[in-house]
Amino acid sequence: MAVQSMSGTGDLGEGTGVVPDAPLLEVEDLFVEFHTRDGVAKVLNGVSYHVDAGETLAVLGESGSGKSVTAQAIMGILDVPPAVVRSGAIRFRGEDLLKVSDGRRTELRGQGLAMVFQDALSALNPVFTVGFQIEEQLRVRLGMSRKDARKRAVELLDLVRIPNAARRVRQYPHEFSGGMRQRAMIAMSLALDPELLIADEPTTALDVTVQAQIMDLLKELQVERKMGLILITHDLGVVAEVADRIAVMYAGKIVEHADAVSLYRNPGHPYTAALLESLPRLDLKGTELKTIRGLPPSLLAIPPGCPFHPRCPMAEDRCRTEVPGDHRLGLGRTSKCHFAEELVGRV
Amino acid sequence: MTDPTIATQQADAGGAYVTALEHAEPTTGQPGRPGKPRSLWSDAWRDLRRRPLFIIAVVVILFLTVVALFPQWFTSVDPNHRDLTRSRQPPSGDAWFGYDVQGQDIYARVVYGTRWSLLVGVAGSLLTVLIGGTIGLLAGYFGGWLDGLLSRVGEVFSGLPFVLGGIVILNAFRSTGVDSALALVGMVVLALALLTWPISMRIIRSAAISAKQQDYVKAARALGASPWRIIFRHMLPNCLAPVLVYATILLGSFIAIEATLSFLGIGLRDPAVSWGVMISDSRNYIRVAPHLLLFPAGILTLTVLAFVMLGDAVRDALDPKLR
Amino acid sequence: MSETVSERAATEPAPGEAILEVRDLVKHFPVRVGVLFKHVIGQVRAVDGVSFELRRGETLGVVGESGCGKSTLAQVLMRLEPPTSGTALYKGRDMFAMRGAELRKLRRSIQIVLQDPYTSLNPRMTVGDIVGEPFDIHPEVAPKGERRAKVRELLDVVGLNPEHINRYPHQFSGGQRQRIGIARALALRPEIIICDEPVSALDVSIQAQVMNLLGDLQSEFGLSYVFIAHDLSVVRHLSDRVAVMYLGKIVEIGTEDEIYSHPTHPYTQALLSAVPVADPTVRGQRQVIRLEGDVPSPVDPPSGCRFRTRCWKAQDVCAEEVPELVTRVAGHPSACHFAEERSVVP
Repeated sequence: MAVQSMSGTGDLGEGTGVVPDAPLLEVEDLFVEFHTRDGVAKVLNGVSYHVDAGETLAVLGESGSGKSVTAQAIMGILDVPPAVVRSGAIRFRGEDLLKVSDGRRTELRGQGLAMVFQDALSALNPVFTVGFQIEEQLRVRLGMSRKDARKRAVELLDLVRIPNAARRVRQYPHEFSGGMRQRAMIAMSLALDPELLIADEPTTALDVTVQAQIMDLLKELQVERKMGLILITHDLGVVAEVADRIAVMYAGKIVEHADAVSLYRNPGHPYTAALLESLPRLDLKGTELKTIRGLPPSLLAIPPGCPFHPRCPMAEDRCRTEVPGDHRLGLGRTSKCHFAEELVGRV
Repeated sequence: MTDPTIATQQADAGGAYVTALEHAEPTTGQPGRPGKPRSLWSDAWRDLRRRPLFIIAVVVILFLTVVALFPQWFTSVDPNHRDLTRSRQPPSGDAWFGYDVQGQDIYARVVYGTRWSLLVGVAGSLLTVLIGGTIGLLAGYFGGWLDGLLSRVGEVFSGLPFVLGGIVILNAFRSTGVDSALALVGMVVLALALLTWPISMRIIRSAAISAKQQDYVKAARALGASPWRIIFRHMLPNCLAPVLVYATILLGSFIAIEATLSFLGIGLRDPAVSWGVMISDSRNYIRVAPHLLLFPAGILTLTVLAFVMLGDAVRDALDPKLR
Repeated sequence: MSETVSERAATEPAPGEAILEVRDLVKHFPVRVGVLFKHVIGQVRAVDGVSFELRRGETLGVVGESGCGKSTLAQVLMRLEPPTSGTALYKGRDMFAMRGAELRKLRRSIQIVLQDPYTSLNPRMTVGDIVGEPFDIHPEVAPKGERRAKVRELLDVVGLNPEHINRYPHQFSGGQRQRIGIARALALRPEIIICDEPVSALDVSIQAQVMNLLGDLQSEFGLSYVFIAHDLSVVRHLSDRVAVMYLGKIVEIGTEDEIYSHPTHPYTQALLSAVPVADPTVRGQRQVIRLEGDVPSPVDPPSGCRFRTRCWKAQDVCAEEVPELVTRVAGHPSACHFAEERSVVP
């Protein structure tokens, strides 16, 4: 396919701090605060994860868990202030994105990392044609001529399976349906051939049948191009269908990190277990759903000890005082629960 | 944003870190004795009483009101007494603010001018917002042909050039032969309101249209609430904020605009004194006698500031999220 | 409310009888252009001939994708929008013909819970005023002195702290706000509650709490629900019967088991198979029906069967003849010329 012939990777590495065999992306011990009118909200409290090329990492969490903030920090699109990055590192091929110059950041954005947003309607500019918005990047960043850029834009729309791409390229975002718009967004993020794609709730605003199409598309493109994919979502179903590894976030921490099969079969954290149990099922009519009591904590006052303890059925005294560290459960799994081993052994 | 972190934090702010659904503790900072029913207005009042800016604003406005009602308490000088020998004399122990071109005591004139300036500003902006607000709410709520009609009428009025419109309206009234100062002020106020209501109508109308589409209005309609209830209980409190700000700005500009009308000979005239006229009269002497401008303009600024502060405080108090 | 109890006894349909019968309901929204002299250039056929009945004490789930008309259906049934044509009989009387006192009584009997917990509560009213508003509008339900106590009782029923009566909506989380909305809907002791996507804006762990609450309230107060949602698992969990909508029409209707285990309409089958399953071990092994393209515009729906443009079974007859919603196979109605049972849920 024409798209693959022009690789963006070649011109990224030379003369920069790129380390050859480092993971594609590595987030290490990231702490982010938001300074609000009501006080300091501790949004991220030591988030670490990594993604390799060709791999899908799902970041799962409820609203306020910090999953999107992490993505914004990676992309360098956090609003500062109110956000303040306290400490930590975000390494893209070994190069710390928090320390590089703005120019280098811009260079990496699009060619190194790209992002797909939930709301494609507001992410696309309504006064320009879809084609123009794709071509703009190609012309500015790759110095392509108007004609080549148009040709490439049509190819990209074709790639994300938008029918009649040659005609569609001249249309405005409002002339696209929701699913088409999300496809156009994906085409746009792929324009510079990124090595890592961050998809922030890419299908939440879409209907199930369209969601299935988009997820298939993302998965295929990823495999085809050996891209790293970070899928940020709250949907346990979507995660089960595409993720290789899953990081579960709660109150700004990764409470569990495991491969997809182990996590669903044998969750290593009470929060994960409770989430899975509270899902209504398609294949049988339940009577009463298991629920997680209470509410997620306010990030202005995260409980001491384990942040999940006020809602946890297993909580004991030590959970109220002692912050659980990462318990290693084998196969690269970790869980931030004092009783992780018991939980997993419980099968 | 998929992750409304900030919204969540603010929503939970003031709460304990977790609120058990079953009968949680009332959270901190809420002096709420639940037995006593509270409403938006009573809460707003409780909140206002604790705001220093509100208290300062109210004190200034009350003081101005007393000056307006009883100018003779503050000066024994006749504001219209002319003594050309004292023309443009700077401030002194006899005349705190000095004398104007015609040798009239500026302090006395500022004191006596308070009544008419305040009346023009307050009554004018109140009337404007009342007319504009009512029409805007009706247009926004009922929509359809009524909205179309009212909006077009508003456009016709806002299309009139202000000065020309003022001349036409005031001359029409003038010919009926009213002469008392109060009637004169009334006419000016009416003319100002007639020419400016479309702006406040548009502000309220757009706020009303967006409020009307909110689900809480749908829920109220589903309960069988009457249009009046929806307009007054649901839409009005949610439309008030932008128009309150506008009204306080309007107040200052009305006091100044009145001077334009006076300059054209169709506004206030003797024996009524107004700040606007004083400011307007001083324009040729700013370099030689700055006090002519300084004192009336300073008092005008103070007045406008007090009302702006009042408007801001009321707006904030009516927004539970900002308390 | 002793007066309503005795009053009800006379007109009360027994459990299982139809309390609401909707016949050929149509709602078209005209598409207008022009500023001063508007003219109609088309009709959005949001709801286009929908019939169903709701029985006392049951939950009728209505599923469909965005634009299928399910929310418009809720608005028309709430009389927030007038229908273009069709009837809806509430206990045998046409509710669209009701006026004045009869309409007020209808309002007490049918209530709604809306989707967005952030916009469905007036931000400038206290919880007490929000939940108490139904009593202000219908003062005959509760004497003034008792209202406060009733509001506290309602808050308690939906699992909120009655002490929070003087708080404002922004002081609550999404799930708690949805509970406030439910308390408001319950205030007049309605018989039918129309739930328009009541849990779709909530997080998974909160969603389960609210669904359980809705279930508990139904058995406690004998409510009938019309439960509108796009999430098929949520609908199955709460519904006794389910109607599947596509472009303004019901394409299949039946009991929860008939729809989920024995679907006969291709759209229902595609919809069910597209739901991701929270089990990574079945990845790639499930049969998944992938539909092509998007839902066509309701302004200009396809002729004949509306689903034919995305259907793999479509033949000439589908473009010419509108398939009636009648029982063809598997014992429940399906609007497909080629209805056949196919199990797609693992």
